[in-house]
Amino acid sequence: MTDIRVPTLGESVMEATIGKWFKQPGDAVAVDEPLVELETDKVTIEVPAPAAGVLSEIAAKDGETVAVGALLGQISQGARAIPAKAEQPTKAISPAKAVAAPVSQPPKTAVAEASLAPSVRRLATESGVAPATVPGTGRDGRVIKGDMLAAIEHAAAAPTATTQPAAAVQVRAPAPADDATREERVRMTKLRQTIARRLKDAQNTAAMLTTFNEVDMSAVMALRNHYRELFDKKHGVKLGFMGLFVRACVQALKEIPAVNAEIDGADIIYKNYYHIGIAVGTERGLVVPVVRDCDAKSLGEVEREIADYGRRARDGQLKIEEMQGGTFTITNGGIYGSLMSTPILNAPQSGILGMHKVQDRPVVMAGKVEVRPMMYLALSYDHRIVDGREAVTFLVRVKECLEDPARLVLDL
Amino acid sequence: MPSYDLIVIGTGPGGYVCAIRAAQLGMKVAVVEKEKTFGGTCLNIGCIPSKAMLHTSELFDEAGHAFAKMGIKVGTPALDLPAMLRFKDEGVEGNVKGVAFLFRKNKIEAHNGVGRIAAPGKVEVTAARGPSTVLEAKAIVIATGSDVAQLQGITIDEKRIVSSTGALSLEKVPRHLLVVGAGVIGLELGSVWRRLGAQVTVVEFLDRILPGIDTEVARQFHRILEKQGIGFKLASKVAAIDSNDLMLKVTIEPVAGGTAFDLDADVALVAIGRVPYTEGLGLEAIGLKLDNRGRIPVDGRFATSVPGIYAIGDVIAGPMLAHKAEDEGIAVAEIIAGKAGHVNYDVIPNVIYTSPEVASVGKTEEELRAADVTYNVGKFPFTANGRAKANQQTDGFVKILADARTDRVLGVHIVGSDAGNMIAEAAIAMEFGAAAEDIARTCHAHPTLPEAVKEAALAVDKRAIHM
Repeated sequence: MTDIRVPTLGESVMEATIGKWFKQPGDAVAVDEPLVELETDKVTIEVPAPAAGVLSEIAAKDGETVAVGALLGQISQGARAIPAKAEQPTKAISPAKAVAAPVSQPPKTAVAEASLAPSVRRLATESGVAPATVPGTGRDGRVIKGDMLAAIEHAAAAPTATTQPAAAVQVRAPAPADDATREERVRMTKLRQTIARRLKDAQNTAAMLTTFNEVDMSAVMALRNHYRELFDKKHGVKLGFMGLFVRACVQALKEIPAVNAEIDGADIIYKNYYHIGIAVGTERGLVVPVVRDCDAKSLGEVEREIADYGRRARDGQLKIEEMQGGTFTITNGGIYGSLMSTPILNAPQSGILGMHKVQDRPVVMAGKVEVRPMMYLALSYDHRIVDGREAVTFLVRVKECLEDPARLVLDL
Repeated sequence: MPSYDLIVIGTGPGGYVCAIRAAQLGMKVAVVEKEKTFGGTCLNIGCIPSKAMLHTSELFDEAGHAFAKMGIKVGTPALDLPAMLRFKDEGVEGNVKGVAFLFRKNKIEAHNGVGRIAAPGKVEVTAARGPSTVLEAKAIVIATGSDVAQLQGITIDEKRIVSSTGALSLEKVPRHLLVVGAGVIGLELGSVWRRLGAQVTVVEFLDRILPGIDTEVARQFHRILEKQGIGFKLASKVAAIDSNDLMLKVTIEPVAGGTAFDLDADVALVAIGRVPYTEGLGLEAIGLKLDNRGRIPVDGRFATSVPGIYAIGDVIAGPMLAHKAEDEGIAVAEIIAGKAGHVNYDVIPNVIYTSPEVASVGKTEEELRAADVTYNVGKFPFTANGRAKANQQTDGFVKILADARTDRVLGVHIVGSDAGNMIAEAAIAMEFGAAAEDIARTCHAHPTLPEAVKEAALAVDKRAIHM
């Protein structure tokens, strides 16, 4: 019998929520096969099987909160142990699953697939609705056929699905009966709850305001066009804007250290290192992996790291330590088409740069109107430690570096 | 004064099971029994002896009517009624001794005598001879069961005018047995004496037999019993029984009015039901009031209105069934021990041990219609079941009622050989909220009678294989 325990989750992360068990008791598992998904307030991680065998027991069910080191379940070295790559039948199925999963509440009890009623097993296979996501009304919370039929009907009716009878505490006024049936109540993931809490904390704590500027991207685009192939050949990664922005920010942070500082009680901590967080939107929510020591890395290294982070963020494969310790953050709303926005600080940092869409606009150059590829820049900052002069100077320095990349080389 | 955690008054299936469960849970338990033997009505004069008689009389009937066809030549079997009654009594003895053994094993102290609740926490036991003793207990469970319901103006002498008790020990087979009441007891004991050679006439007040049982089931069963030679006078009542002559003269009146007529009978069996038995318990003195049907009102935890006094089984509301009382006995013991005892009244099977048997669990079609539930019916006759055919026991059918929307099994009704054993499967399924499909997709051994249950489950979805 081998215990499955909650792994160390990284600094300051003491607990996690069981997102979903991929295996049910009785299922054969291979070594390192993902068993269960844990959601922490930073990331979602998969716990691999510590040994091959049969998952004999699940000690912490979906939705439960577990501490580091807590028992998740046990693997027995049963005779049934086979190199398991066979997927659960519920996995491979129809697109109905995609709509079905989010509309359901966590089950009252996790029930082994094998112990499910035959009708429930059939409906699960045919519909793709996972019984584990369906609230059970049978004895001891078991999912019975009627529950499955209701869940399938529910899934089919989505997005205007009828809502589950809400067991959760109501904190809002009840909706009118007509509308209530057209609402759905979905529990926030741990990640989403954390994002919500931290963003609001940042707003409540910092004296946050935003300053704007705009940058003529002609020089950066010319540079990129000119060196694209060469850069790619040498560094194995595309030359993007982001690396140059990181570079420009580091240069500006060196000049205005307050933007790279944070408040700790009555002290200000100036950080003489430059760990730049890059906000990445994923299906699960926003994550901010951190490129460390950007002042000591080449543009190629920075670009490679950013590309790697982006890929792994989408797959939910980021490690917790990769998202910790940032000193300044860059967020790019432009990839979604944003022309102008006011980003919220990534506390306890004191500055965040918002990039936006590059748009051809008429600008006046030496008394003449010219069409230039322009981008608005926004810097939200904590006015408690960053003065307006510093914030504006920072943003102007970033603008200057981008409009004349030679400044980056010359450290001007 | 002997002091206990729990005193149970009555040692029928409710009482003795309650006592054992309480002892298992670590309580110091005493039981009070007024009869010489433990086990109450069920073991002494009810379920057990009647099953012995149903078993022996059925074999006698088979030996006389079916053996020759099967190629078993035994000639005409002769009845030795005294030996048959002894066989029955041995069965009873084995069972009641078993209860005494279980009491000893569980260190339950038995007090023989009539129990009276002198005050909350105090039970006075008065033996037939000798002084009364007072026992003390933290909790008292009343499990005194029920007694035969009397027919107004008719005195039961247990010789010629008998209750179920006398009907289990008739000294000779009556030529004509008149049964008052077409309920479970009347039909079971009527069947016994019919098989042993009596002419049997059943008089029933209602226009159907087996009130409460699914109408379709009752109707088919009625036809089967008539084929067996049992006569029925439905919608009729017994107005009087004149026992002055050698033969009883029974006056029968149609309920709707009309001409009364007389029937001669050797023996009349009064089987119109049972009433809660609370006499001598002293309930009034402790302020415990009965409901309008003489039952002890209890709450969901079997607690009466007097703190520390509980009641279970036939003395409270619900079907008067041994297994219902047993489950309540276990539940109340667990509740008194601070656990979560519970009885699911929606899933209590009901069996009539005739031949064929009638068994049901859950709702009837009438109940579902009255409750406006839309349901699907899956029916499968034993004429299409391989095992029943091989045995040439093809009377009856299985009927499953399932919710039209969720397919959840709401009721199962079986007429047929071994129906009483087959209903257990349905009860388990219903207890776990099974859909008809769940029964249909559960592998059933072949060739067995329960395959008909599976086929009926398939028939709910109109996909029975052997039809």
